[in-house]
Amino acid sequence: MRLAPLLIGLCLVGLFTALALISLVWTPYDVQILEISNKMKPPGGANWLGTDHFGRDILSMIMVGGQVSIAVAVVAVGMGMGLGVPLGLAAAARRGGLMDELIMRGNDLVFAFPALLIAILITAIFGPSAINAIIAIGIFNIPVFARMSRGAALELWTRDFILAARVAGKGPVRISAEHILPNIANLLIVQGTIQFSLAILAEAALSYVGLGAQPPTPSWGRMLADSQTLASLAPHLVLAPGLSIVAMVLGLNMLGDALRDALDPRLNRAAK
Amino acid sequence: MAVYTARRLVLLILSLFVASLVIFAAIEVIPGDPASFMLGINARPDTVAALRAEMGLDQPLVARYAAWMGGMLTGDFGLSYTYRTPVVDMVVGRMWVSIPLATYALALSTLIAFPVGIIAAARRGGWADKSIMGATQLGIAIPNFWFAVIMVHIFAIKYGWFRAGGFPGWDEPLQALRALTLPAIVLALPQAAILARIMRSGLIDTLEADFMRTARAKGRTARGALWHHALRNAMIPVLTILGLQFSFLLAGAIIIEEVFFLPGLGRLIFQAISQRDLIVVESVVMLLVFAVIMLTFLVDLAYAWVDPRLRRRNV
Repeated sequence: MRLAPLLIGLCLVGLFTALALISLVWTPYDVQILEISNKMKPPGGANWLGTDHFGRDILSMIMVGGQVSIAVAVVAVGMGMGLGVPLGLAAAARRGGLMDELIMRGNDLVFAFPALLIAILITAIFGPSAINAIIAIGIFNIPVFARMSRGAALELWTRDFILAARVAGKGPVRISAEHILPNIANLLIVQGTIQFSLAILAEAALSYVGLGAQPPTPSWGRMLADSQTLASLAPHLVLAPGLSIVAMVLGLNMLGDALRDALDPRLNRAAK
Repeated sequence: MAVYTARRLVLLILSLFVASLVIFAAIEVIPGDPASFMLGINARPDTVAALRAEMGLDQPLVARYAAWMGGMLTGDFGLSYTYRTPVVDMVVGRMWVSIPLATYALALSTLIAFPVGIIAAARRGGWADKSIMGATQLGIAIPNFWFAVIMVHIFAIKYGWFRAGGFPGWDEPLQALRALTLPAIVLALPQAAILARIMRSGLIDTLEADFMRTARAKGRTARGALWHHALRNAMIPVLTILGLQFSFLLAGAIIIEEVFFLPGLGRLIFQAISQRDLIVVESVVMLLVFAVIMLTFLVDLAYAWVDPRLRRRNV
């Protein structure tokens, strides 16, 4: 198997995760202190990535912003996968039955509320915050995983090896756990990485419109929003947070793909 | 198929009913009384009470729900609290932006993703596959609002090929399309990248199935087997994503509408929430949810059409 994507992915994700973790205890500059006399410095010199229109250090802001993005994405996708996959498998095991209908109609209902709309409604009701962003993104992840795993599981339930397992006397729960789940794992990893990157993007989008983490906590999305009118004056203000998001999401996706290659037994057999 | 369709239809109506209850309840718990919000903090209590009565806010919950639903069903969405104009007119005007934009973006996304996904799967492991997968990685990783800001700077401000924002209306169809092109591209590219990846991974899974080997053994060429057997079987995940993407594009374009100052449904909701124009929020959310539930219904029917096994209750 090819090592390059795995290593690049690991490096990118590791870099931003490490930066976010380091920022818990140390940042090059304090992101809460405004120093207007030092505003909009280009990259280089004392501030490696320059400073923004308030004179805050961009690198420090990127580091702290990473904390929010990663935390929101981890919790939201964990919530979606943890609730969605069992629901999808249960629906497939009882396909055509009442439980299937209830689960899938419940899914449709959540699906029917577009993610951003949920977020806006939730923040309208409870006020904007990172926690509400997690809930909004997480809720929308549940039906994604439920649908995906049900769809894939339905196809597997028609296969002969499942019939063999049923003949052997295994019940639907054991079949789902021992035969269906391992067979849809690669699909879940591909979908999981997409959802993880989408969660990072969604968090950025929410904070871009002011519904994510609130000031003075820096976030990648709001850094973009604050700087977009300054794009022609100071391109680095737009590029730094944007490229951070791109690099983080790209790294996650490469990691996911590499894991897919490593975990898919059929691909391994082909390689031998 | 008829029984299957009938069962789905009953469920469709049930889903819509439950959704309407959820929306109504959600709007009820939003703090802030629209009447006192409209009149400002200096309004006298009896003025507020009179306006509440006029708006029907003093009625019991069930009566208000019935009035709202009855109105929605007969095409009377009530008057906007903020602008005192019929909500229907506001919504219809916005639809002429949102629906064409979503359709435009979905068409672009499908046009890009299908050939790209099929080529990548057919040539899996080759350089074409590798470059396509690399490009889709980038497409997924780029936040569309950031991409939008950059595209506006390059193609609207620097070269002036497209409009940087605003919408001239459909009186000049070419200008309207020109205004929607940049937003549609920005919306379509990440969707196309996702769709192409799902298409590819679905196709590759199918290409390795036993019936593909049977098809080849029967004498089908690799290309014939792909077109006649693999594609149809790989369509299930693709249809799921397509249905999802349209609803995402319809209502999820809020941020792109903000970047390009497009007067679409998403921006309408956003503005209505900040103005406590709850009747507009309620009606537009319900309409969008209606559209999405209808789409899901159609996707389910399409499933059964593509995969006859799903029509039977017990496989």
